[in-house]
Amino acid sequence: MIYQGKQKIWQDYQKEIPDDHWFYVRSCIRQNFFPGSERMFLEICRNRLGKDFYETEHHTTCGGIAYHCDTLPQETAMTIVARQFALMTEAGYKNYVASCITSFGNYSEIMETWREFPELETRIREMLWKACRKEFQVPEHLAHSSDLIYKFRNQIAEKAEFHLVNKETGEPLRVVEHIGCHYAKMFPSKGIGGAEYPYVLAGMIESWGGEVIDYPERRHCCGYGFRQYHVKANRGYSLSNTYKKFESMEPYKPDMIITNCPGCPYFLDRWQYVIAETEGKTYGQNGFGIPVLTYEEVAGLVLGYDPWDLGLQLHQVAVEPLLDKIGIEYRPEDKYKGLNKKDILRPGLPEHMKCF
Amino acid sequence: MSIFGFKISPSSAINLSELDTRRWDELCRKAPDARRCMACGSCSATCPAAQFSGMSLRKVLLDLQRGREKEAYRMMSNCMLCGKCLMVCPRGINTRELILKISQIYKEEDR
Amino acid sequence: MNEIILIVGGGIAGLEAAGKLLQLGYTPIIVEKGDRLGGNVARWHRLFPDMTPASEVVDPLIENAKGANIFLNTEISFINRLKDKYNVMLSSGISIICRYILLTTGFELFDARKKEEYGYGIYDQVITNSDLEAWFNTGADPRVGKVHDGGAVGFVHCVGSRDEKALNPQCSKVCCITAIKQAIEMKERYPDLQVYCFYMDLRLFGKKYEDFYAKAQKDYGIRFIRGRVSEVCENIEGKVIIKAEDTLSGKPVRVTLDLLVLMAGMKCNQDGAKIGNMIYLPIDTDGFLQSKDNISRINTSPTRGFYYAGACTGPKTVPETLAEARAAALEIHTDIINSRK
Repeated sequence: MIYQGKQKIWQDYQKEIPDDHWFYVRSCIRQNFFPGSERMFLEICRNRLGKDFYETEHHTTCGGIAYHCDTLPQETAMTIVARQFALMTEAGYKNYVASCITSFGNYSEIMETWREFPELETRIREMLWKACRKEFQVPEHLAHSSDLIYKFRNQIAEKAEFHLVNKETGEPLRVVEHIGCHYAKMFPSKGIGGAEYPYVLAGMIESWGGEVIDYPERRHCCGYGFRQYHVKANRGYSLSNTYKKFESMEPYKPDMIITNCPGCPYFLDRWQYVIAETEGKTYGQNGFGIPVLTYEEVAGLVLGYDPWDLGLQLHQVAVEPLLDKIGIEYRPEDKYKGLNKKDILRPGLPEHMKCF
Repeated sequence: MSIFGFKISPSSAINLSELDTRRWDELCRKAPDARRCMACGSCSATCPAAQFSGMSLRKVLLDLQRGREKEAYRMMSNCMLCGKCLMVCPRGINTRELILKISQIYKEEDR
Repeated sequence: MNEIILIVGGGIAGLEAAGKLLQLGYTPIIVEKGDRLGGNVARWHRLFPDMTPASEVVDPLIENAKGANIFLNTEISFINRLKDKYNVMLSSGISIICRYILLTTGFELFDARKKEEYGYGIYDQVITNSDLEAWFNTGADPRVGKVHDGGAVGFVHCVGSRDEKALNPQCSKVCCITAIKQAIEMKERYPDLQVYCFYMDLRLFGKKYEDFYAKAQKDYGIRFIRGRVSEVCENIEGKVIIKAEDTLSGKPVRVTLDLLVLMAGMKCNQDGAKIGNMIYLPIDTDGFLQSKDNISRINTSPTRGFYYAGACTGPKTVPETLAEARAAALEIHTDIINSRK
C-alpha cells in the first residue's frame, strides 16, 4: 500500500465546509439504534466547540428509505425534501447538515437533479406551496455530519482525554472504517476523499491516534441494502454481504470498526451475533465480536464521556474489551441502568458470542 | 444454533485462484486444441442436440475452465458425435477428438 | 530545392519523415522536447507480432535522419503566421522561418491513476504496460521482481480506452495485441506462470495478430476472460485481488495475483495539442488533432502548410505510423513542387 498515492487522491476530493451556522436534521433510525450519537454530535458542536447548530422538532423523514425501497416516487421524496429546506429557510440558515448518509445522498441527488432540470424544481415548488404553503431556498452548502466531525477532528484531538491507542502496548488501535454507500458512491466529488478511498473517517482515526486498516472488501456494502434486509426473503443476502466483509477483515485483527451511516453500524454489529449463532464464529479476540461504533460515539469516548451516557450498552457486541484497551474507565454495574440509575433489567446474552 | 429463517448464502463467484486445473491441464496436453476455442458459438448454434438438451461444446469448454466439471460432463453426455461442430469450427478444432478426450479424462473418477 | 521543413517530435514518425525528406533533397529540422530520439517506441522492449527488438526499428531510423538538424530538449514557444510562411520560436531562442511544418507529436499514455478503482500508485503490485516494458529492458523493478514461477499475473485491457467517463471514448487499438505480446514475454520468462487477460473485446486487426493470439492460447496457455475488471484491492500478503465478471458464464470471478498490469491506452500528446492550439488547428471529438478528412487526407491539416503523421491524429501501430510519415513527406514534396509551377 502506497500511502502517498492515497494522499494524492484525498487532495483531489476536498469540499468546502463552512465553519459555523448549520441547520441539523436527524436520521429516522439512528435514534433507536444508537441513541447517544446524534445527541453527542450536538453536544460536541455546540458545547465543546461553541458552534451554532439549529434543529427543529418539525422536520420529518427525508423519504429516503421508502424511495430506495421503491415504494415512493421521486417527486414525493423531492416535495418532502423541499419542506425540510423550507424549515431551514424559515429558521434563517443556509447550511444544511444531515445525520443520515442516505438522506445526504438523497439531498445531493435532488439538488443535482434540480440543477440539471430547473423545471422540475419549479414543479416541486408549486407542489410544496399547494401542500403546505411553504417556500424554500436550496441550501448553499450541504454536508453530512461526519464531514463536520472530520472538519473539527483536530480540535477534538486537542481536547482529547483518550486516544485510539492500546494502553498496554502503546500501539495504535487497528481500526476498520466503513463508509455508507450513499455517502460518495453516487457523487464521488461530494465526499471527502472521494468514493474509492474515502478519507472522512480515516482522517478522524489518524487524528485520534489509530491506524486505518485497508482490507480487500473495504469498499463492499455493509449488507443492509434496503431491499435486501427489509424484504425478509432476501435477508440472507444482507447477512451474506456482512459475512463476506468480516471474513475479509479477519486476518487484519481489527480492534474496532467506525462507521458513518445509520444502517452500517447496526448490521455490522447485529449480524456478528447472527453469524456467531449460525456459524459459531466470532471475529474479535477471546470469543468477543469486533465492536462497531459510530464516529460520534468514538468522538465522545475520545473526549472522555461516560460510555453508558453514549449509549454503548445498546450495542450487541460488547464494547468493554475496547474500553479496557484504550483505558477508559466505566462502571460495569451501571451498564443496564436507565436515567437516574433506574434499573431497566438486563437483556438475554447470546450463546456463541461473549457479551456482558 | 438459533434458527433465524435465513442464512448465509454461498457466493456465486468463481475464484480462479482456487480452481483445481489438473484435469484441464491433462486435457490440454492430450488435446491442445482445447485452448484454442474463442467462444464464437458456431458449434452450439449448429448442434442438433442443443435445442433439446442444452448441449453446447462452447459451454462445456468454458465450464471445464471454471471449475464446473460435473456440469460440463453431464452436458457432454448429450453429444451424439454427429460431427457438425467439426464442420463449422472456424479454427478447425478437432471437436470429435476433443469430446472423446474429455469423456476419457473426466470420466475416470465417475463424476 | 533547399526548402526547410520543420518536424515537431523526434519519435519514429518524425525520424522516418526526416529521412525521406533528406532523400528528396530538403532540409528537415527536428525539434524534440525530450533528451533523446525515438519517442515512445524507443522505450519499448520488443514489438508485436514478430517480437522484433524495438531498437532494431528505431536505430536505423535515427541513422537515416542523421543529416537533419536536430534540436533536443527544445520546445515550441510560439508560432507566428507571416504572409506565406511561419515564424516558429523555439524555447532555445532560435527562430525558424519555414513554409512547411509536420506535426509528429504522437500520443501520451493515459494516466492510469485516473482509474482510481484499479489502484495504480496505491497498491504496490499494480503496474502499467509501460512499467512492464521498462522492466523487460532493465530488469529493475521490485514489483515485477515479486513474480515467480507458479504464481499468477493479470493484464487488464482497455484502461482509459473505450471509457467515456475517463474522457477517452476511443479504442487505443494496440493494447490488445500489446497485452498478448507482454503476456507471452512473461510466459517465456516464467513458463509455469498463470497468466490472465481480462478483455471487453479482443481487437486483433493487424497482420499476423490473430496468429499471435492463437499462439498465446495454444502454445502459452494464456487464459482470456471476457469481462472488464471492476475493482482491485490488496490482501494482507500484499497481493492484489481483482473482481470482474466472466461475461461468458455470467458469473462474477475473483483471482489473486502477484502482479496486475494495466494496459494504459493512448491519448493525444497534450504538448502536441498545445502546439495545435497556437495556430487554431482543430481537435477532433476523440481529443486527437483533426485531419482534413479521415479517409483520404489523414496527413493533411485544414491549415495550409501544416501536416500530420503518426499518433497525433489517433492511435496507430508502428507500421501505420511509418507509412504515414512517408506519405506526409511525399505530400509535402508534392505541395512544394506544385507551388513552384
